[in-house]
This record gives sequence, structure tokens and C-alpha cells, in this order.
Amino acid sequence: MPADSTDPARVIIDSDELGRALARMAHQLLEANHGAENLLLLGIPTRGVPLARRLAGLIAEIEDRTVPVGSLDITMYRDDLRRNPTRVVGRTDVPGSVDDAVVVLVDDVLYSGRTIAAAFDAVRDLGRPRAVRLAVLVDRGHRELPIAADAVGRRIQTAADERVRVRLAETDGVDEVTISRGAL
Amino acid sequence: MKHLLSAADLTLDEVNGILDLAEEMHQVQTRPVKKLPALRGRTVVNMFFEDSTRTRSSFEIAGKWLSADTINVSGKGSSTSKGESLRDTMLTLDAMGVDAFVIRHSSSGAVAQAAGWVKAHVVNAGDGQHEHPTQALLDAYAMRRHFREHDAEGWAGKRIAIVGDLLHSRVVRSNVLLHRTLGSEVVLVAPPTLLPTGVETWGCEVTSDFDAVLGECDIVMMLRVQRERMAGGFFPTPREYADGYGLTLERLERLKDDAAICHPGPMNRGVEISSEAADAANSLVLEQVAAGVAVRMSVLYHLLGGSDEGGQA
Amino acid sequence: MTTPRVSVLISGATTAEGVRGDLYITDGVFADPADAPAGVERIDADGLLALPGLVDLHTHLREPGREDAETVATGTLAAARGGFTCVHAMANTDPVTDTAEAAEYVASLGERDGHCQVIPVGAVTKGLGGEELAELGLMATSRANVRVFSDDGRCVNDSLLMRRALTYVKPYDGVIAQHSQDPRLAGPGACCHESEISGRLGLPGWPAQAESVIVARDVQLAELAGSRLHVCHVSTAESVEVIRWAKRRGIQVTAEATPHHLLLDTTYVEGFDTTFKVNPPLRTSEHLEAIREALADGTIDTVGTDHAPHARQDKDHPFDIALPGMLGLEQALAVVMEVMVHTGRMDWPTLVARMSTTPAEIGRVAGQGRPVAIGEPANLVLVDPSARAVVERDASASRSRNNPYHGLNLPDPVVATYWAGRPTYRR
Repeated sequence: MPADSTDPARVIIDSDELGRALARMAHQLLEANHGAENLLLLGIPTRGVPLARRLAGLIAEIEDRTVPVGSLDITMYRDDLRRNPTRVVGRTDVPGSVDDAVVVLVDDVLYSGRTIAAAFDAVRDLGRPRAVRLAVLVDRGHRELPIAADAVGRRIQTAADERVRVRLAETDGVDEVTISRGAL
Repeated sequence: MKHLLSAADLTLDEVNGILDLAEEMHQVQTRPVKKLPALRGRTVVNMFFEDSTRTRSSFEIAGKWLSADTINVSGKGSSTSKGESLRDTMLTLDAMGVDAFVIRHSSSGAVAQAAGWVKAHVVNAGDGQHEHPTQALLDAYAMRRHFREHDAEGWAGKRIAIVGDLLHSRVVRSNVLLHRTLGSEVVLVAPPTLLPTGVETWGCEVTSDFDAVLGECDIVMMLRVQRERMAGGFFPTPREYADGYGLTLERLERLKDDAAICHPGPMNRGVEISSEAADAANSLVLEQVAAGVAVRMSVLYHLLGGSDEGGQA
Repeated sequence: MTTPRVSVLISGATTAEGVRGDLYITDGVFADPADAPAGVERIDADGLLALPGLVDLHTHLREPGREDAETVATGTLAAARGGFTCVHAMANTDPVTDTAEAAEYVASLGERDGHCQVIPVGAVTKGLGGEELAELGLMATSRANVRVFSDDGRCVNDSLLMRRALTYVKPYDGVIAQHSQDPRLAGPGACCHESEISGRLGLPGWPAQAESVIVARDVQLAELAGSRLHVCHVSTAESVEVIRWAKRRGIQVTAEATPHHLLLDTTYVEGFDTTFKVNPPLRTSEHLEAIREALADGTIDTVGTDHAPHARQDKDHPFDIALPGMLGLEQALAVVMEVMVHTGRMDWPTLVARMSTTPAEIGRVAGQGRPVAIGEPANLVLVDPSARAVVERDASASRSRNNPYHGLNLPDPVVATYWAGRPTYRR
């Protein structure tokens, strides 16, 4: 696609808004789970991991108890591995066991749902959780699989050729979500 | 990466990438389901023209834990020019559409030759007296874990002694090449009869005085002495060899406090390594074996985990 | 014999000595050009050199036994394309040329199929076994008229047997052509020069001294026997020194160098390409330099090609297992020109001595290595001294493809070859 078809990125969630969205997600999770009992937050690298940590921090403030946080890399479970050059694999670091826990998968953007489907396979290889929930900062629609999030920071309408980009202080030095049109 | 034929093929980033992923793969060994789906639908043929239970099973497990279909083929009988040519053997299996060959051969260079004939990826699992790059990688992996537990500094300034039959060892050649990339210092120790021609050009300190370097090494890697070398006039008796070049109890006590012991196995206890040294708390021998699976999973993923450029579709 | 004799007038050719003139070939000899009839075929050789047909003391024709690698027909056609009018067929065929009958059979194959003269080399020991003398006398007195005896491919390692062989062939004016390789210092696995490269690649090495210790022994045995020794394929500086010493001492020793030991060094083995596996192995540049110097000053008397064709299946093995040997007949003259003549080390008359006159004398071959002159046998190669080409292995007349010069840009000198008046090659 020609470069001139690319719009400048537009900020749709700023730093303050992002903080409020996370707080909403924390409350949604606690409500659905009737408290923090048995919760195990697993962030999907890269940006799901700091989001999971922040959610854990918020939950700790609200409930006055710590919840375990880890990371779950799904690279090797992707259904498009063979379509791309060899991908770098991220960390999988699960505190304790997933058995009988309520695993909350945390990711930045929910789009086709394929990442989450891969995450289900990855969790299943780790054990048998009591339940698996999904928390995403942005749900941009266009699902290709029957998957819905239990906690959502913000739902936005997008076109397929638009790009939603989440930046976080931990990984990118700034908290914001932008949308742009056109090529990468 | 199309093939892994020589430790010299790897850049520093590639070495670190392989070792980092091996850390992740290492975790899989502790999981209830020891399986990752990354190489589902891929076929890996282990072609061992020379017996090696250890390396073959390590590659086989690595392939299986990554969900590849692994097949073992022993290629005996190709050790003379009278048998089927190596090229015909390789072309036959390649024509079946396999994705990768893991090849062990008793002849130096045979794996590189095979890679030139086939479309599939090729991993060198040891060729003659030439190279054994995955062994060097797993050695480095075990050493790196050992160093991290003791201090946080990298490879710079680390001193690694490799002791024994350097002349016939593919392990030493791959280790020297890998540590040239990593930036650590290697000291080569052997009786003069077991030093390769031109070893002075390898960029390592070379000595026949084990005791002189013993106390200043962070790693002491003992190489196996093949029984048939004793008949070859390379040294008079196992007793004399052990006296000059074995990691005896006396030498074990003179190692630095935080030094570790490696051996690629199988060990000749009482010849190049005493039982006390083999079983010492600072012996990495079993860590090396465990690392073998993780490192080979990492290597297979690096070769086969993505799309094929120029390989088979 | 496939090609009939012709009458032809070659005009304007220049001899090695620089004399320009016409040559008239008829009835297999050079005749007076003034006698050439008006309608005779004429070839314009302006700018070409007219050299005596080349003579090779060291050729493997593989027939009988390995006709899939080479035959007398294909090997001698390669010889003709290389400018040779005479080759010595080494004895390591199957069966081995170790009897009068076997020698006569090889000679008869040459008479039937040859594109040049084929002279059998007889084995020194039965079956090349290194234990008992072959029937040296019967081979010498047979119709094959064998004068050169060699176990080439293997060294006659037993000192006593070597002494006996040297002594025994004296009445026949024979010569023992030795493959100098100490089988303990360079065993069957030794597959390349022992050097930094062999150490790095983990390939079993073949030290230079495994050759020179045998040469040093053999020249002394030749002195003891008062007999003729020919050192095949000299590959090391140490051997050259020993031969130089022996010649000064008056010992009857001659020596040959191969084209590949003049041009190619051991770095070619780095890719494990078995084309470059040869015995003795390719050496380092210091050794190459010593061989070149020795060929120029006459310490090494002749170029022997050691043309060693091998079928693909015998080369498609690991380096230490593949058979050793490489082609040489078609590029021998090109290599000698490139390394010796074009560099100013050697003039054309010396090249003629090394590649035609001297090998014919060593092999006691009448009618070869003679001057290009009226009344002499019409063995001739017409040489274009300036043509060059990139060597293409598939363009070879040999049945095999183990050509180490493939892809190299080398002189492409041979325009035509006449063997006793027969045009055996025309570009």
C-alpha cells in the first residue's frame, strides 16, 4: 500500500483514560468472580504482561490481598507459525499451578480471537483450571472465532485496515492507545 | 537458519537466542504435559551412521516434545566406498519429503556434504573429528546457568580449560569456535601427541601442564579418552594418562571454589576423571545431559519453527 | 585404431626453438614440405607452435575392470585432446597388470581402441600385494615390452623387496616407479595434507615426511642396486631436496610432478569437495613453490598427469572414504603453461623436454619424444599459446567428471594432435 494512504495515528485512549479503563476491568473481574479468590492472572507477552501486573495491583488495592501474576507465551501455539519467519518466543512464567485456579488471560487488544484460542491450548498443556476468563484493554471487533471477553477496558468500532496500537509505560515509555489507517 | 553445521555459523545474537529459548524449553521438562505444538506436522529424521544413544535420544525427545514426527534411521554399512554412496542414501530419504535431518557420521565433513545434497534442513549431531555444535551449545548453556548462580558477569574473563584427547575430539573444535563468539578464554590441555596440527592458530592458550592452569579456571571440561587411543601409542598407559591429565581427587581440591566441572560423556571414571570429581557438587555432568534436550528443542525450533525460505513447502 | 593416417601440409607453424616453417606429414612421418603434392590438405598454423606429441608416464585408464570410470578409448581420447601421443597405463586395474598376458592385453586394447600409443606399466609385486615380485622379466620380454614397473596407488614398503625389484630389472633396462608413502605415517585414512587445515577440519592428515622418508630410502637403495628409480608424483619440498642430493651424487633417479601439485593447494579441501581428494594430497603453497622450482631446474624431470578418473559413486562419499584421484590429461599442458611458461620460469624447449623428450627416455619409448623434423615420426601437437577458456568438466572426453580445474580460467592451447600421422584431435 502506498505510504501516502497512511493517516497520522490518532490517540483514542490517553494516560488518564487508560488508568480508568483498567480500574473498570479490575472491578468487572472481581464482580464476576465474587472476589479475588483463586484468581491467577496470566499476561500474554508482550503487553499483556504489564497489564496483568497492573490489574493485580488494582485488585490488591481493592481487595487488600495479593493475587498471583504470571506470563503465558503462546507463540508455539499460533496457527500461523508456518506462514512467517521464525518468531521469537516470549517467557512463560506461571507462579504455582493452574490446576483449579480461575485463570484470567490478559491481553492488550482483542481482534480475531486467534491469539486467545492459542492461549486456551497453552493453558490446557499446563493443567486444568476451574475456569478461564479473558480481560482485554481494547476490543476492536472483527472476531474470527466465537470468543468474548469477560472484562473490557474499551470497545471501539474499527475498520479492518485500521491499526490499533497500545503503548505502555513499562514497554514503550508512555500510556496511550492510538488508531491509524493503512499499512503498518 | 537453514542448517546448523558448525558452531562458527552462529552469530553472538543467534547463540544468545538459542540459549535464551532453551531456558524456556527447559521449563517444559517440569510440566505435566511435556509437549509444545510448534513443530506439528514436521518430520525430523535422526540419521545416525555412528551409534550414540545419548545424542540420538536427546534429539528424539526434543523433536517429540515439539510435536514433530521423529524417525530414527541407523545408516550402518556406509563406512566404505563399496556401499551405497552417502549421496544416494541422503537423496532417497530427502525424496520422501522430510523437513529436517539430524545427522551423526563418523567421517569429518560428511554432514556438510549431506547438507549440500538435500532440500531439507540439516543439523550436525557430530561429524567425525570435526564438529558437534549442539554439544558446544549445551555445554555453554550449562556453564551459563552455573555462572549466573555465582555472579552476574557475562562470558568476558571466564576461563575454560578443555583437557584431553583434543586431536580426535569434535567437541573441542565446536567449543573453541563457540567461545570465540562468546568472548570467553579457552585453555587447551593435552599431551603433545594428542594436540591437533595447527592448534596454535586456534586463538587459545595451549599447554601440556594441567597443574599450571588448574587453579585459575572457572570451568574444567574433561574429554573422554577412547580406549583405542591407548593402543595407538598416544600415551603409554591409562595410569600415566590419569597422572598427567586426569581430574584426580588431588586436582579436584585445587580447583577454584566456584569452578565447575564438565564432561560431555560417557565418562571413563578413573582415567580422565575420578569418581570424586564426576560426582562432586560442582560437577555439571547431569545438568549437561538435561540441557541437551532443552538446547536441541531450541535449535529445532530455530530451524523449523517458521516458514521455509528455500526449503521444502 | 579408429583414425587412418593422413597427408597434410601444416603451414607457418613455429617450433619450440622459434623456427617458423611448413610441416608436411605423410605415411606417419614428417616429410619434406617441398614434396607435398599440389592438392594435399593444408592447415594454416600461423601463430601456432608445433611441439612434439606429449608423453605421460602416469595415466590410469581403468580398463580392464572399471570401464564405468574410464576406458582405453575414452582415456586416450582425453589424452589426444590434451596433446598427448603416448600414455603409460598404470597397473592397478582389475585384474592387475602383473603378468605378460595382462600386459599384452592392455597393449592390444591400446592398438584396438587407442587415440594415442598405450604402453602398459607392469606391477612390481603380485596383485600389488607388496609381498612377492610380479613376473617382471616376462612382462619386459613380452610383446608389450614393459619397461616401467609400479605398484602405484600403493607404496612398495618392504625395503628388501624394493631393493630386489631395483636389482632385478637392471638387465631389462627397467625402472621402478615408486608411489612414495610410508603406510604407517600416512595410513589408509590419511586423506589430506597434515596442516593447520587438517587439524581444524578434523581430517586425518598425511604429513609431508611420509613421502620424503620413502624417497630418502629409495634413492639409497637405487644407489646400492645401481639401478633406475623413478619417483612418482613428487609433492613435497623435502622430497625435492632429497632428489636434488641424490642427483648430485650420481644416483640414477628421475622424478615427476603432477599438474595438480603445481597449481592447486590444500585450501581446496576446506569445502569437503571430494574432487580435491588425491594421493599424495594437495599441499601448501611452500611445497607448490618447491615443486615449480624443481621442475624448472630439472630436479624434477617430467610432468606425469596421474590422470585418475573415478565414477561418481566412488566420489560421493565422505571425504575420508571417497576414492582419491583427479583428472589431468586434458588440462596438463594448460597448467604447465600457466604455472611455468607464462610466469617466465620455463621456456618452450624446456617444456618439450619435461613433457615429451624426457618421459619418452625414462620409459624407453622409441618413436616418441622425438624432434619435429623431417624423417621423424609425425607425433605433433599444435598449440595456440594465447587462447584461454573456462574449464567445463562436462566438456571432457573422459568418462569421469572429477576434474579439479572445473570453473578455472586456464590456457586452452591444444588446436590439433597428430599421432604417427593420424589426426587424433582437431579443435
